[in-house]
Amino acid sequence: MSDQALLAGRTPPAAAPAPRRPRPYRPLVWYVLVTALAVVVVYPVIWMLGTSFKPATEIVTSNRPWPLHWTGHNFPDGWHANPGVTFGRFFANSLVISGFAVVGTLVSCSLAAYAFSRLEFRGRSVMFAGMVVTILLPYHVLIVPQYAIFKRFGWINTDLPLIAPKFLATEAFFIFLMVQFMRGIPREIDEAARLDGCGPYRTYLWVVLPLTRPALITSAIFSFIWTWNDFFTQLVYLNDTSKFTVPIGLSLFVDQTGMTSYGPMMAMSVLALAPVFLFFLAFQRLLVDGATSSGLKG
Amino acid sequence: MSSTARLDRPVPVVPAPRKRKAAPARGLGDRTAGYVFLLPWFAGLAVFTVGPLLYSLYLSFTDYDLLDAPKWTGLANYRQMFTSDPRFFHAVRVTLEYVVVVTPVKLGLGLAVALLLNRRRRGIGVYRSLFYLPSLLGTSVAVALVWRSMFAQGGAVSDGLASVGLPKTDFINDPTWSLPAIILLSCWQFGAPMVIFLAGLKQIPAELYDAADVDGAGTWQRFWHVTVPLLSPVIFFNLLLETINAFQAFTPAFIVSGGTGGPADSTLFYTLYLYQTGFNDFRFGYASAMAWVLLAAVAVVTAAMFRLSRVWVFYGDGGAR
Repeated sequence: MSDQALLAGRTPPAAAPAPRRPRPYRPLVWYVLVTALAVVVVYPVIWMLGTSFKPATEIVTSNRPWPLHWTGHNFPDGWHANPGVTFGRFFANSLVISGFAVVGTLVSCSLAAYAFSRLEFRGRSVMFAGMVVTILLPYHVLIVPQYAIFKRFGWINTDLPLIAPKFLATEAFFIFLMVQFMRGIPREIDEAARLDGCGPYRTYLWVVLPLTRPALITSAIFSFIWTWNDFFTQLVYLNDTSKFTVPIGLSLFVDQTGMTSYGPMMAMSVLALAPVFLFFLAFQRLLVDGATSSGLKG
Repeated sequence: MSSTARLDRPVPVVPAPRKRKAAPARGLGDRTAGYVFLLPWFAGLAVFTVGPLLYSLYLSFTDYDLLDAPKWTGLANYRQMFTSDPRFFHAVRVTLEYVVVVTPVKLGLGLAVALLLNRRRRGIGVYRSLFYLPSLLGTSVAVALVWRSMFAQGGAVSDGLASVGLPKTDFINDPTWSLPAIILLSCWQFGAPMVIFLAGLKQIPAELYDAADVDGAGTWQRFWHVTVPLLSPVIFFNLLLETINAFQAFTPAFIVSGGTGGPADSTLFYTLYLYQTGFNDFRFGYASAMAWVLLAAVAVVTAAMFRLSRVWVFYGDGGAR
């Protein structure tokens, strides 16, 4: 490299190459572009909201996303769309399943994560590798034999196949997420707890667990949303209308062809996604960071 | 297992301080404590993962309708699958088409938008959240219903295209367009890889870009010679996850086709055919065989991606190839 080239490299930014020179209209172009993209991305959600408040005739005749004449009829219509059972029942069922799934996942996964991240024992790295492999395992490989097992237990058409596995840390992804977080907690804290006479059990409960709170909250929300949105497992295990969850209740609308059912269908879809929205609004930072730190499934 | 050990590496946000050596021996209680904490996980692994895995391998060599005991039939299920089941091959083709289109498009979109958002502007956080939102909603039945309605005859998309002069299409009931509609639903969820790309981009030291500027690199060169190599672990991580996820797509196909995989089997995803075989036709032996073929396919693809990653993924810590 010649001296001149070296010198050129040291010149202040004023003489920097052309592409980096600030251009005043650039931020504007950027905002227009990003906002346009955001509108496209959010459009289906807007459409869903709008349609849920449209009268049936307007759904057929107009394609504007927002209703001309607002109506609230779609909500009671959708709520009572199935004879003998309301969406209230479906929501209650979904809530029970999701609630237990969250508790089970938090307890069992945090126990395993504590062992993997802070305790020494033989075979740890092999087991950790095995745990990571189970994250990648397609669930569809397990569904047939699991069904056979649960049938033997007499659990078909109950909530148990949807809840019990969560208490045994089958959602290994959350172990991984918590391990990542717990590794960042300084070891000196464990040492201090040990000097104060804490064994591993009390250290877990009173020292590490409280410090893991952000990861626990993230896990709780994701675990809730995934269980709440889960369709495949619930479809397989639940047969009685009275046991149905919100996703299965929604899927019943598919049988009712014709655009007249769009309104009630979208009204119930809005209600089904409402909890997810609320969590999103309240915890968006945590959710996005959680998704970042561990690369979630979509 | 080098393949799994590397999985946790590109995770950018939480740095893992692993320098520390094994702690000094503690009491006996301490050494067994690890196993005690892992007890629920062990039980779950045995009862709900490894057990079923082996059981389904056995079932795949049998005829089993869940009522009578499984009847050993040897390789009959596999033979039938590969020689006389056109729907099986059809399902494989639909799934591969889906995987091959969705994965690169979704990652490409995710990376492009991440690059767009990777700067200091007011409101970045809001946009980032908005773009991530579909990834939270996307796998739900509700959104699949929205898609079904928007793309059906007289739906918003069909009429929208008609208003700009394109022919009216019923995407949902036209065998050529039903799969693309589902592909679009998946690409809409580009936010999940995007946030991971964004975090990866933030880790690239600004000095490297300054150095590239000094060397007179243009935008394009900066992208190919600085961004791509340094982001390659994150790209690989996203590629792996999205590919494996794409193989397992189920809900959109089920809802959009009403559970049939139609029209004309155009949305008969592998998982959907597996479901029909098992839970509509009660052919659990055959469904188990299908499950194992899926597992083998995913394993082969994963292994191949890890093998290929040695060529193009750059680990800056020197532990590269």
